[in-house]
Amino acid sequence: MNPVALHATGIGKRFAATVALDDVELCLRAGEIHALMGQNGAGKSTLIKLLTGVITPDSGQVLLEGQRIAPATPVQAQALGISTVYQEVNLCPNLSVAENIFAGRYPRRFGFIDWRAVRRGARDLLATVGLDIDVNRPLATYSVAIQQMVAIARAIGVSARVLILDEPTSSLDEGEVQELFNVMRRLREQGLAIVFVTHFLDQVYAVSDRITVLRNGRRVGEYLASELPQPALVAAMVGREVALAEGRDSQHRPAADAPVVLSAHGLGKRGKLHATDMQVRQGEVLGLAGLLGSGRTELARLLFGLDRAGEGRLEIQGEAIELHHPADAVAQGVALCPEERKTEGIIAELSVRENVVLALQTRMGWRRALSRAQQDELASKLVKALGVKTASIETLAGQLSGGNQQKVVLARWLATEPRLLILDEPTRGIDIAAKQDIMGEVVRLAGQGMAVLFISAEIEELLRLCDRIAVLRERRKVGELPGGCSERDVLELIAGEVA
Amino acid sequence: MAPASTSVVAQPWLRRCASQPLFWPLLTLVLLLLGNGVFNPGFLALHWRDGHLYGNLVDIGNRASPLILVSLGMTLVIAVRGLDISVGAVLALAATVAAWTLSQVQAGNAGSSLWPLALGIVAALVVAALCGLWNGLLVVKIGMQPIVATLILMVAGRGVAQLISSGQIITIYYAPYSFLGNGFLLGLPFPLYVVAAVFLGLHLLLRRSALGLFVGAIGHNPVAAKVAGVRAGAIILATYVFCGFSAGVAGVLVSANVNSADANNAGQLFELDAILAVSLGGTLLNGGRFSLAGSLIGAVILQTMTSTIYAVGWPPQLNLVVKAVLVFLVMLLQSAEFRGQVRAWLSRTGKQA
Repeated sequence: MNPVALHATGIGKRFAATVALDDVELCLRAGEIHALMGQNGAGKSTLIKLLTGVITPDSGQVLLEGQRIAPATPVQAQALGISTVYQEVNLCPNLSVAENIFAGRYPRRFGFIDWRAVRRGARDLLATVGLDIDVNRPLATYSVAIQQMVAIARAIGVSARVLILDEPTSSLDEGEVQELFNVMRRLREQGLAIVFVTHFLDQVYAVSDRITVLRNGRRVGEYLASELPQPALVAAMVGREVALAEGRDSQHRPAADAPVVLSAHGLGKRGKLHATDMQVRQGEVLGLAGLLGSGRTELARLLFGLDRAGEGRLEIQGEAIELHHPADAVAQGVALCPEERKTEGIIAELSVRENVVLALQTRMGWRRALSRAQQDELASKLVKALGVKTASIETLAGQLSGGNQQKVVLARWLATEPRLLILDEPTRGIDIAAKQDIMGEVVRLAGQGMAVLFISAEIEELLRLCDRIAVLRERRKVGELPGGCSERDVLELIAGEVA
Repeated sequence: MAPASTSVVAQPWLRRCASQPLFWPLLTLVLLLLGNGVFNPGFLALHWRDGHLYGNLVDIGNRASPLILVSLGMTLVIAVRGLDISVGAVLALAATVAAWTLSQVQAGNAGSSLWPLALGIVAALVVAALCGLWNGLLVVKIGMQPIVATLILMVAGRGVAQLISSGQIITIYYAPYSFLGNGFLLGLPFPLYVVAAVFLGLHLLLRRSALGLFVGAIGHNPVAAKVAGVRAGAIILATYVFCGFSAGVAGVLVSANVNSADANNAGQLFELDAILAVSLGGTLLNGGRFSLAGSLIGAVILQTMTSTIYAVGWPPQLNLVVKAVLVFLVMLLQSAEFRGQVRAWLSRTGKQA
C-alpha cells in the first residue's frame, strides 16, 4: 500500500450554532484518487476549506507526510503542497495562459520577469497534463475544459503533493471528462494524492481508488471503490435508501390527440441553431438530449425569447407568436428554469418570498402589486409543496443550498401556472434527494396537463421521465425517439455513429 | 465575563438596532446635531416669529431641499446599477429655462397672475425630464456606460444653458416664483413641502406598485431579472427620467430662492454631493439595495456639516477639508468590515487587560 500523504484526524468545526464538521477523519495516500462524497451540506466544502487554509479547524490535527501542519491561508497551504482547483475556474481570463500559470511567482532575472522562462515553464507544465497549446494567447480564448487543465497545471506547478479537484467535471462534456480523467490518472502515477469531489456517481467509479463519505458533518466511512456498489454508496450518502421518483409509465402518457401547446417550424438562429421543428403537447414531457454545445440551451433560449430567432415560426396553442423579450413568453404562459442557476435563476440577495413572486408579478404588471399577505401565502404554499428547506420565507435565497435554490426557481414559475415549463439541466449540481423531488414534481405537473420540455445531460433521467426524446447534435435536431427506447438508442443518436 | 462582552455592543436590543439599515446614518445625524447643540447652545433652538418657524434645524432642512430631491433621483438610478453625473448641469439648465421663460413672457408685468408661474415650472421640468430621457436612452438603447453617457450632458447641459442665457445671469422679477424658494406655508418654508410631496409620492409608488421589487431584482441580478420576465430596459429608462425630473425640481427651487438663474454656477458639484448623500444613506453603489429615507438623511447630514462649519466659524477655506474628514469617518463607521476589525481589536485588548 502506498505511503500516507495526508492524514486529518478528529477534525471539528462549528459556525455559530451549526456543527459543520464533527470528528472527521480523512486519509489520503500518495498516488491515489480519493473521492470525497456527500450531499450538499454534508461538510465536503468545509473540509476542503480547512485543508487549504481558507478557514481553521476548532479541533483535530492534520499531518502532511507525518509533519503536523496548520495552514492559515491558501498561500501557506500551497507552499506546503496542497492546491485546489475549484468548480468555477478562478483564473484571469484576459491574461495569457503562461501568465496565469505563473501569476504571483514569476521567475525573475536581474529583478525583471524572465518571460522566456515563464513561457518555457508553462509549456513544460502543460505537457505534464498532456496539453500542447499556444501559451501566449489569452486564457479566455480557450474552452472551459482547457481552462480547467491550465488551472490544474498551475496547481501542480505550485506544489505537487495533494491536489484537490472540487466539482471539476460539472461544465465539461463527455469527451472532455475523459481527457480530464486521463490527466488525473497520469498525475496519480506521478505519486500525487488527488481528492476528487463530484456529484456524478458514475464518474466516481470511473477514476477513484477509494471513497470517503460524509453525512451531516460526520464521516460515514472510508471504502475501496471496487468494494462499494453504487446503491450502497448512495445509501451511505443519504443515510437511507432513496426512494427514486416514480417514472412515467404508459398510463401517464398523454393522448396522441392532446392539444399542441407549442410548435416550432424551422426555428433557428445563425451560428446558434439550425432550423428546427418541434411540437410539445399538453401533459407531455419532451426530453432534449445532446452533448454540451449541441444547441440544447440555444433552443430553450429561442423558445423563451431570450434570443431573437433569425428564421422560422413559433406557435403557441395554434397562434403565431413573436417573442422579443422573455416577458412576451411569460405572458404566453411559458416558463424557463435556466441552466445557470446562480447567475440567471436565483437572485441571491432577495428573500425567498421575493424570488418566488417575481415572475407572477411581472406577468401581472407593475401596477397591480400583490399585497404582502398574498405574497406570504403564495410563497409559503409553494415552499411547502416543493419541500424547500429554508428557515423562513424571508431568508435570503443565497443562503439556501443549491437544490433548494433550484426549487425556489421552480416555485417562481409554478406561481405563474405556466402552460409550458422548460427545465434546462434542473438537476445539475444538486443533491440526490432534491433531484428526486424535482423529477417527482415534473411527473406530477405533466399529470395535471402541463407541457414540459426537460433538458438534461443525464440520459437515465430522460429515459425515466420523458414521453419523447428529441436529440440535438452540432446545433441541429437529428431525430426523435419514443419514451420507451433504450439508452443505447439515445447514445447512438447523440454521438452520430451509425450502428 | 470579559469587559468587552458586557459592553453596549453586546446588548441584544442595541445590536438589533445597529443591524437596521438606517441606524448608522441616523446615529451620525443625531451625533452631529447634538455636538452642535453642546458647543453652541443656541443651535438647536426653534423660535416662532411672525407666524414662521425659525431656527437652524429649519434652515438645514430648507437648504438641503435641492440636494435631497437630486439624491432621491440618484438613489433610483444607482439602485439599477446606473449613475447620473449630469444632475448638476441639468439643475442649472432647468433653472435657466425657467428664468428665461419667465423673462420672455414678461412675468414681472403679469402682476399676481399665476399662468407665467405654471408655464415656467412646466418648461423647466419638461426640459429636465427630457434630459433624463436622453441619458436613459444612451444607457439602455445604445448600451453606453452610465458614467460616460451622463458625462455628455454634464458638459453639454451647462453649455446649452449658457446659450439660452447668453452667458448672463438671468434675474427674475416675479413674486409668485420667488415664493417657491422663499415663501412660508403654515409656518414652514415652502421647499420642505416640495420635498415631502416628492418623497411621499415616490415612496408610495415603490411600495404600492411592484416597481420596488423590480428595481431590487434588476440591481441585484439583471440577467436573472430578465429571465423572470422583468422588462429592465423600461424601468432603467424610467429611473433616468425621474432623476432628470428631480434635478429639474431642484433647479426651480434653487433659482426661486435666489431670484435668478446662473448657468455657470448653479448646482456646481451637485452630482458628487448627491452620490455622497446616497452612499451615506446606506444604498449600495453597485446596485440592488437602496433606501430613499437613507438618501434623505444622507443629504441632511451633508447640509448639517456645512452649517456646522459656518456655525463654528472656521475659515471657509477649511470647509472642504473638514467635510472630507467627516465623510471619511462616517464611511468607516458604516463599513461592517471596519467595525469587525475594531471589535476584534477591542476584545483582544480586553483579554490582555
